[in-house]
Amino acid sequence: MSWAIRTEGLGKSFTLHLQGGTRIPVLEGIELDVAPGECVALAGPSGAGKSTLMRLLYGNYGAGAGRILIRHRGAEVDLAAADARLVREVRRETLGYVSQFLRVIPRVPTLDIVAEPLTARGVAPEQARARAGELLAGLNLPSRLHGLPPATFSGGEQQRVNLARGFAPGYPVLLLDEPTASLDAGNRAVVIGLIAAAKAAGTAVIGIFHDTEVRDQVADRLFEVQPMPVAA
Amino acid sequence: MTALGYNFGYLDENTKRMIRRALLKAVAIPGHQVPFGAREMPLPYGWGTGGIAVTASVIGADDRLKVIDQGADDTTNAVSIRRFFAKVAGVETTERTGEATIIQTRHRIPEIALREGQVLVYQVPMPEPLFRLEPRVSETKRMHALADYGLMHVKLYEDIARHGHVAISYNYPVLVGGRYLMSPSPIPAFDNPKMDRMPALQLFGAGREKRIYAVPPYTSVRSLDFEDHPFRPVRADAPCALCGSRESYLDEVVVDDRGGRMFVCSDTDYCSTRQATREAAE
Amino acid sequence: MTALLEATGLSLRFGTVPALDDVSLEVFPGEVVAIVGESGSGKTTLLRVLSGMMRPEAGAVRYRDPEGSVHVVHEMGEAAMRRLHRTDWGFVHQNPRDGLRMRVSAGGNIGERLMAVGARHYGSIRAEAAEWLRRVEIDPARIDGMPALFSGGMQQRLQIARTLVTRPRLVFMDEPTGGLDVSVQARLLDMIRALVADLGLAVVIVTHDIAAARLLAHRLLVMRQGQVVEQGLTDRVLDDPQHEYTQLLVASVLAA
Repeated sequence: MSWAIRTEGLGKSFTLHLQGGTRIPVLEGIELDVAPGECVALAGPSGAGKSTLMRLLYGNYGAGAGRILIRHRGAEVDLAAADARLVREVRRETLGYVSQFLRVIPRVPTLDIVAEPLTARGVAPEQARARAGELLAGLNLPSRLHGLPPATFSGGEQQRVNLARGFAPGYPVLLLDEPTASLDAGNRAVVIGLIAAAKAAGTAVIGIFHDTEVRDQVADRLFEVQPMPVAA
Repeated sequence: MTALGYNFGYLDENTKRMIRRALLKAVAIPGHQVPFGAREMPLPYGWGTGGIAVTASVIGADDRLKVIDQGADDTTNAVSIRRFFAKVAGVETTERTGEATIIQTRHRIPEIALREGQVLVYQVPMPEPLFRLEPRVSETKRMHALADYGLMHVKLYEDIARHGHVAISYNYPVLVGGRYLMSPSPIPAFDNPKMDRMPALQLFGAGREKRIYAVPPYTSVRSLDFEDHPFRPVRADAPCALCGSRESYLDEVVVDDRGGRMFVCSDTDYCSTRQATREAAE
Repeated sequence: MTALLEATGLSLRFGTVPALDDVSLEVFPGEVVAIVGESGSGKTTLLRVLSGMMRPEAGAVRYRDPEGSVHVVHEMGEAAMRRLHRTDWGFVHQNPRDGLRMRVSAGGNIGERLMAVGARHYGSIRAEAAEWLRRVEIDPARIDGMPALFSGGMQQRLQIARTLVTRPRLVFMDEPTGGLDVSVQARLLDMIRALVADLGLAVVIVTHDIAAARLLAHRLLVMRQGQVVEQGLTDRVLDDPQHEYTQLLVASVLAA
């Protein structure tokens, strides 16, 4: 089967100009293929660069070397070389990312935060809100909270808002960074169900799962991220 | 040279020629303010120096001059200016609107319709209609150049918001020939409709501000308004106490110390003609 | 040209000080571009040059109108420029006093742009003004109130309403939250964010507030000494800054 997202010789290092130009290599020669409907879990010790790889895939970090190919609108796009507008378009239509923490936008109600990626793709606002409401209800977020901005929510509640927002549009490629970290057993099961459903719908999923129980249930295979030798 | 030793019409021929050039330009660009070199006239600024300079430049030996101040032929200012031209130009003067070829006016347009061949000369204190709204002359010039008159409508909007109607009772701004915003001089808004497509030539002189402008015969002159708040000329809701007219613009006159007042025509020629006609009929 | 606004090779010096040094920039429809940098970096000068208020010594700014014709901004006549600035473009000043008529009511301020483009129905102008007051979260009952009696935040929201009432496609904003209390800033920023998304506006915003840039902008340009030292996707520039100056800028914000 062909890939939905693929990296070729992907590398990343950080140059800290404020610390005398210290160069910190983090990733090198990453070759990762993920097929539609497949879930790959990133593995490796803490500090190996799993989160950095996720951020590279999302375009949040700029690639230092290599290519990040993604199938977007039926064509191959190299995210490592794409300009800002193209990256935004890919993020809008093809590539979703559920980070560990919700970046709260002041004053915007929860329902609209979840509906926003749908309306951005042209879904009518009422439809988008209805879908958002379903997802939030499925994640056991009481409907009385839907109209409130999530700034005052607990960590677990915010994470569920984040998850609903990430799963709402049904992206062809979905990146999940610790999606169940602050969830109870019941909601973990809901997330496992959402991931299974996404896979069944053909979504390529790449995730970091510290919770091995969850990982074993959703991941088709592991991708080992090796720590770089510390520069002398 | 007249008997008094003045050049005909008081001004020297070169000055008249300069003013006529300004007048021709003003007529060619209806409503546009043309600068001119105002000369000292034998009366103070604010008493009609601009109007007199214009009249002096267009008057000829065959003209018959009428001068009104607030519609009246018998006020000091009107009488003085009329006498002035009788002296320095030796022209005939009249109080009858229909008989005059040139009518110099301060703050009114005569009630009876003017006809082709007549010239109406307005005395103008402040030619710039935007001056209260935009203090920078460079900016008002630019606004005229670009026909950028939204600000004038803002003023009308503010009036309606505050008073329920446009609270401008005189010097009501007009758009001339669909292009230039113009001050009609401090005539009552009641007179504005008379300016529209008037068969007579209308000339405006502002002596202190050194500006001349004009409205050629049969030019459209539209009072600014809103579709849902159309321009409405207002007059006191009363007949003239002397001639009984219900059409003319009225002055309110206090007649005693106990608050007694009456309304009479501001146009004295119009009023006396009507009274004479009525007496003749009786 | 598919961009709405395209600047190439802009340069301008004030005496010996380079205010703009070979700056190029594109803005696409619906795109929010933030220009960040410290005072004196040239960001406000860039905004003034882009919006046609100041002439560059070299380079050109091109604008594509709704019909698809491309205009060289600094070659446009004054009349065309004015028309553009009150129809298709808007400019939000840092100090609301520069963008408002302080002796004209809130309704009159909003209505001015409508009247300038020919609106002549008092009732409709007033209804539109009331609707825009509501959109910028000012009680429509204050439609006849004077802006001088409004708080700073309200004045700024009124300026935004006045600017957006003619539905411009491109809006320039110069430090729109500068000079406001922090709590007021947050509300204003969020309101701008929502309006920009609703109306699909393209915005070029100058700010030294990195948090504001992160919230509003799709794309970021970092300026220093008249040069664009780094540009790109907002979250990438802020989370993975490459240039020494950008790293300093981001680090300074986190330290604050």
